[in-house]
Amino acid sequence: MNAFAALLTALERARSTGRKLELLTAYFKGAPAGDAAWALHLLTGRRPQRIASGPELRRWLGEATGLSEAVLEATYAHVGDLAETLALVLPPPPADITAPETSLQALLEETLAPLRGAGAETRKRALLALWRAYPQAPRLWLNKLITGGLRVGVGEGLTLRALGQAFGLDPAVLQHRWMIPQPPSAAAFEALVNPDNATLHWAAPYPFCLAQPLRDGALPPHPSTAVLAEWKWDGVRCQLVRREGNTALWSRGRERLEDRFPELAAAAEGLPEGTVLDGELLAWAEDGPGPFVELSRRLQRKRVTAALQRAVPVRFMAYDLLELNGEDLRPQPLAQRRQCLEALLTPSPAPALTFSPRLDNTSWESLTALRADARSQAVEGLMLKHEGSAYESGRRHQSWWKWKLDPETVDAVLLYAQPGHGRRANLYTDFTFAVWDRGALVPLAKAYSGLDEATLERLDHWIRRNTKERFGPVRSVTPTLVFELAFDSAHAAPRRKAGMALRFPRIHRWREDLTIEDADELETLKARLLPHG
Amino acid sequence: MTTPLLTLTDRGLHCPDGDFTIDPWRKVDRAIITHGHGDHARNGMGHYWTAAPGVPILRKRLGQYSPVEGVPYGERRAFGPVTISFHPAGHILGSAQVRVQRGDEVWVVTGDFKREPDPTCAPFEPVLCDVLVTEATFAYPIYQWPHPDTVMEEIYAWWQRCAAEDRPAVLYTYALGKAQRILAGLNAFSREPVWLHGAIDGLTRLYRDAGVTMIPTVPVSEMPRSDRGAGRLILAPPSAAGSKWAKRFRGASTGFASGWMQVRGTRRRKGYDEGFVLSDHADWPGLLRTVEDSGAKRVLATHGHTDALLAHLQGLGIEAQALATPYGDTEDG
Repeated sequence: MNAFAALLTALERARSTGRKLELLTAYFKGAPAGDAAWALHLLTGRRPQRIASGPELRRWLGEATGLSEAVLEATYAHVGDLAETLALVLPPPPADITAPETSLQALLEETLAPLRGAGAETRKRALLALWRAYPQAPRLWLNKLITGGLRVGVGEGLTLRALGQAFGLDPAVLQHRWMIPQPPSAAAFEALVNPDNATLHWAAPYPFCLAQPLRDGALPPHPSTAVLAEWKWDGVRCQLVRREGNTALWSRGRERLEDRFPELAAAAEGLPEGTVLDGELLAWAEDGPGPFVELSRRLQRKRVTAALQRAVPVRFMAYDLLELNGEDLRPQPLAQRRQCLEALLTPSPAPALTFSPRLDNTSWESLTALRADARSQAVEGLMLKHEGSAYESGRRHQSWWKWKLDPETVDAVLLYAQPGHGRRANLYTDFTFAVWDRGALVPLAKAYSGLDEATLERLDHWIRRNTKERFGPVRSVTPTLVFELAFDSAHAAPRRKAGMALRFPRIHRWREDLTIEDADELETLKARLLPHG
Repeated sequence: MTTPLLTLTDRGLHCPDGDFTIDPWRKVDRAIITHGHGDHARNGMGHYWTAAPGVPILRKRLGQYSPVEGVPYGERRAFGPVTISFHPAGHILGSAQVRVQRGDEVWVVTGDFKREPDPTCAPFEPVLCDVLVTEATFAYPIYQWPHPDTVMEEIYAWWQRCAAEDRPAVLYTYALGKAQRILAGLNAFSREPVWLHGAIDGLTRLYRDAGVTMIPTVPVSEMPRSDRGAGRLILAPPSAAGSKWAKRFRGASTGFASGWMQVRGTRRRKGYDEGFVLSDHADWPGLLRTVEDSGAKRVLATHGHTDALLAHLQGLGIEAQALATPYGDTEDG
């Protein structure tokens, strides 16, 4: 645990990507396989289940320190991060005591795992003992494991790069092996990083090829006719794998979905052995894509009922053909893969399995006009891919672009603020915004990103001086400030107070020129954004 | 019912019976100053009284001929029916608590203070009182200072790391008090000179004149322009960070010494490479110990961050309230 804690502390202080890469590589080189397996698991964003709830931890902290609930509440609000509050409020262990030598694997598997679901008294005794044993810096990371709130700002790409460097692996090979998620274990880790390991699981999808966003009116540096244009469908990006008489449907988040979509698994049975399709999973109504929330209903059910299948039909809209008859087509130009794809799916083996149609790419004018019409097609915009492009992994190449719609906007009033995480742990950065509904402000959306550091600091100062009430770390503020929020789309949400919800809301700008009376009305928003409701 | 001994007005903490104001922020005739930091000692008062060791600092801030009178620690002065005396606060050189007495009623205004050892000033002296007006800058239980010797070791180790990498080490620190405390602390490790920003150099001279032993120092202005500070430790006020002045030290590692560095959100947001937890203010145990030592039945807390402290003291059966003052607006610490 100590080496992993030291790594996390050093990563947090590292200012450059190069330095982070160095730290990660050194850790993977030195760590025992069992520890490295867990570190990889945690660094790539998977979180251990929490062992104690926030209120439990605060109660136990109170018992351990003799501090009252009011004092701890105020302190927590000041720090904004419970794991850190716990680490700092508890007295440091005596200077002559060093942290236990427990390995990360032993800590997680032998100490923490058995505590999950154990009685409160058992968990409390165990955690108090851990808190007493570790100095403040590792104690913070220990607490993050206990609360299930560990977030490390390194990302999967960087972690895998470091792992590749540490073991001298070709990044493409590592990324491909990585596509099959494994529970963390020494054996799985050793198989992952063994340079001589040639076997790949039958279901392994390929690393996804991602697109660059087009910004500020820029267009790809090609004639429009050299670019394959498609709708940017608003669903879940997936790969459909047909090998060894089996079917696997993978989301980009490396989740297996075929059990939730039996109609797709059935449709895939018509595909030749050794086929991998890249595409978008969509809810499909009559003759067009259904709203994303419909698809969510299907995604949330591990086992699907016939009624739900009828209520929410789905479709796999294929973009690309990555493997045919067991041959890896990724190095071939897109134009050629596309031809094979269209031939393969004409006629389509089932209504649920089709390819994403090409759009008219005669000129940039025609594509611009199509993009302007994207909203009425219930899509997010256009995808543009150079006809000669190979299927590369990740986002670092320059041949695929997403050309999204301009976002919708709303002027909304700041109502609640909450501290952020990590670097922003004691800065108010997570906001709830409201709009008018018959003379009252109703919460509409939460938004975190979009303001620069200087503005956040200024806003933080304002929030502290204009707080009305506190609810734990959340503060309500006197409704005064108006912000322009951008969002991709809106949908009906009957359980929300506003009756609607926004997709990907983010802060566009602080409208210091507006007063709360200028904020938008819920009724007009609904009329504009929810045509059916 | 008599008038309260001290009361908060729009000018400061005012004593109606003695007709003086402690650390006023707007113009008054008679000002009692706890210490020389800008949020406590302001220009434009008719007359100033402060603890004797603080006079040179006050004169430097307010002007050579400003009407400042030094009073030795412990010596009593009468203001009408009210007697006052200054007692060491351990915050910076010349810092004082102000003891205010009328009959057998005693109030103590701590000003800024700390309980940790500091070789640059007289140590905090507990004073018994009925009402304690205390600062509350770091009034949360997460603030428990490491021993200053440990922090000095960390600063020195960082300087040596930078020297080994042939980089400058630029340490940002409050110019009055904290900088000199660090210079005194580093004296135990090295005789190699530390470079000082102009704002720190002048104040450091005052400390040397007062007999404080510190590591040798040189003003940055006296160094040859060709020297980029590689391997040097340079002290500068936070306002110099990112300035044209700082550009000279290319490739520098930057550090910040402040109690606020205890919280990692602040540490990361401030954007310095290193954060050293070193404060001239009382930490949570220091505040509680001071309330206890004073024997006060009533506590008034200033500096804004008072919610946890008030809740804790009320839990102990002490009458505790917040006083809204503009102290601590500079967020030094």
